[in-house]
Amino acid sequence: MTAVLPDLTAAVRAALATVVDPELDEPITDLGFVRSLTLDGARVEVHLRLPTSFCAPNFAYLMASDAHDAAAAVPGVERVVVQLDDHHDSDLINRGLAAGAGYRGTFGHEAEDSLDELRAVFSRKAHTAAMERAVTAVLRTDPAVDVAALTVGDLPAGERTTDALLRRRAALGLPVDDGAPVLLHPDGTRPSPAEAPVVLRRARSVRISVDGNAHFCRGLLRTRYPGSGADQAPRPEDRPLIPLTVPEGTRP
Amino acid sequence: MYHKDGDDYFIVDAHIALWDARPENQRNVHGRQFIDCFYDYHRNLSPESEVWPYEEYLYQGGERLMRDVFGDGMVDHAIFQPARLAEFYHRGFGQTEEAFALAQAHPDKLTYNHYWDPRDGENGLDALRAAAERMGLKGVKLYTADWHGESRGWKLTDPMAYRYLELCRELGIGNIHIHKGPTIRPLDRDAFDVADVDHVATDFTDLTFVVEHCGLPRLEDFCWIATQEPNVVAGLAVAIPFIHTRPRYFAQIMGELLYWIGEDRILFSSDYALWTPQWLVEKFVDFQIPEDLAEYAPLTTEVKKKVLGLNAAKLYDIPVPEHLRLPDADETATGPRQPDAADLATV
Repeated sequence: MTAVLPDLTAAVRAALATVVDPELDEPITDLGFVRSLTLDGARVEVHLRLPTSFCAPNFAYLMASDAHDAAAAVPGVERVVVQLDDHHDSDLINRGLAAGAGYRGTFGHEAEDSLDELRAVFSRKAHTAAMERAVTAVLRTDPAVDVAALTVGDLPAGERTTDALLRRRAALGLPVDDGAPVLLHPDGTRPSPAEAPVVLRRARSVRISVDGNAHFCRGLLRTRYPGSGADQAPRPEDRPLIPLTVPEGTRP
Repeated sequence: MYHKDGDDYFIVDAHIALWDARPENQRNVHGRQFIDCFYDYHRNLSPESEVWPYEEYLYQGGERLMRDVFGDGMVDHAIFQPARLAEFYHRGFGQTEEAFALAQAHPDKLTYNHYWDPRDGENGLDALRAAAERMGLKGVKLYTADWHGESRGWKLTDPMAYRYLELCRELGIGNIHIHKGPTIRPLDRDAFDVADVDHVATDFTDLTFVVEHCGLPRLEDFCWIATQEPNVVAGLAVAIPFIHTRPRYFAQIMGELLYWIGEDRILFSSDYALWTPQWLVEKFVDFQIPEDLAEYAPLTTEVKKKVLGLNAAKLYDIPVPEHLRLPDADETATGPRQPDAADLATV
């Protein structure tokens, strides 16, 4: 058995942190979905766990195969085993991953073409939710702001909501220059001033949905796997800048 | 009837079940996984005092159901919405005969809705006709994520589903409850996609489509479809227990639903035995949207009365005492219902 360099474990963990749950738009490491990571020399074994046995298998497969690819790309890693635990399709997905069968090879007649369009749908939703967070942050400080006229340069620089929006724009190839409009239709075009309210309201429903689902999934994971809360971290945009924890019993 | 602060609320629980998930009825590991998933929902969202032991959760039986749902006289009427799950349970998950017999014994309190599955083909059409005659069906519950032989899901737009919807129309089965689970076929697309509801709502304008758990986890897609289709209604199953663990999220769900579809198309559902109705009703009557969520109008007593019972009573012709009835809101048939109540909409 070869001694494992601690920095290889750290490198694999960092690679897994780039794998995102497409539906929740958060890294699987922050969601607590990585159950274990073990290295034996250059062999990596990753176990994933999900909030229920009936989480959608297409997303489950995407995360498992992305985790496999991310770990395999780390220099020094020679062999990767990813196992999805306790899912109704665990056997199917784990067999497919072990054989390198790909999406269609794994799911056979249930797979039609690819999961690219599914991924694209949720990348657009992730952008829409980030757009709403950024606009609402501005509205909270200045309720009179003209949302339809807002441009990227108007967003407060260095704010997490701004940074998060810019990252998602870059991922979709949307403009990130100061003059680019903030409010966009799902197809990337700019709404007219008359359309702006409903575009923002629709974006709000997307953000509420994503946040609500993420919170529920975190909670269900903790219910299903006691102790898993220790492996969870909130979405960066939601992390308080100043710790808000007040020790119990200190209230006057 | 529920009384609070001088107001009477007529309560209709639009989604209850009589299930049997005991080990002897589990066909395979998926039967166990399915009820475990439900139990985790139950444990995760219930107040501590309302959490049941696992053994009790597997099966309740009619006597206990009557006690849990009607025992304290709060719920006036409840509607069975069964799920078949024949691939997971020997005798199915929802207990058809037991539930139907209970509804026959208490016709003033219970309505039995049945299910159909387009993959049952022509035989299923005959079975639906017979069931409608025997059971006097006013509604059906459809679970598009159900497994069936080699198939692990279906869509409302499948040609055979249209045959069943046409038969529903012919038989006077006007309420089509749709439960969107993680449909596996086609795997390429979003498993919770509600776009098929849009198509059938347009093609069957004389049927009412109640989307259970208001499309969650796709609240946004549901709202966008429902705002354009006057015959699409939101069921609050699974959404309403968030009132305890995450009241702000629940406030947002209610705010979004009222904004997009209005107060006349939202139905209270406990999803019994996932949760029991009493604590949900009590908390809902006491509930208010937090003041800092200024983008939503406050919930009025009238809205609560409609959601808790009057809206479902209308769909099912359940008699409501004259003095408790309320007129429909003066709202547009499509498009956002309360734009003026939402300050961030006036950008």
